[in-house]
Amino acid sequence: MNLDVNAIFQIAGIGIIIAMIHTILKQMGKEEIAQWATVIGFIVVLFMVIRLLDDLFREIKAIFLFQ
Amino acid sequence: MQIVGLGLIAAILSLLIKEHKPIFAFLLSLFAGALIFLFLIGKIADVIRVLQNLAEHSGINSVYLKTVLKIVGIAYIAEFGAQIVRDTGQEAVAAKIELAGKILILFMAIPIFRIIIETVMKLLPA
Repeated sequence: MNLDVNAIFQIAGIGIIIAMIHTILKQMGKEEIAQWATVIGFIVVLFMVIRLLDDLFREIKAIFLFQ
Repeated sequence: MQIVGLGLIAAILSLLIKEHKPIFAFLLSLFAGALIFLFLIGKIADVIRVLQNLAEHSGINSVYLKTVLKIVGIAYIAEFGAQIVRDTGQEAVAAKIELAGKILILFMAIPIFRIIIETVMKLLPA
């Protein structure tokens, strides 16, 4: 449980940092790199979320669908 | 307690991010939902184990219990998916997911329906 709560903070932190990086890079006039930073952060978070969803669906399958 | 705290934290953080990056807020809420579900599923497993024990003792045909469990599982998954999609504002897709869940449940329930109708027909004087 503890580790999982950490993951929520991790996602929020990644989001905030990516937003900051995006803003800074935009100010510097590097629009393209800012977009790439956003995409990469998004993919990292997506991986975390998808792994958890995979766990969840596997558990549901094990409990409900195949005894 | 833990779950309420978790939900509050997730809500506050997602509000914080939403201004800058709505997509991260969405992923965060998805993560929190999956986490809470995962936390609850252990308890659900205990309940189901007790139900199974009862069914075995009373000698009910195991097909019935399996079908009911499958229906409950489909309902959980469909509801979860539909609510997540609704969060993103895609009301139409959420409605389709719910429709698919309902139809699959109906499909699962057909054998039980048939048995009920056959029983009733037997009870009725021909």
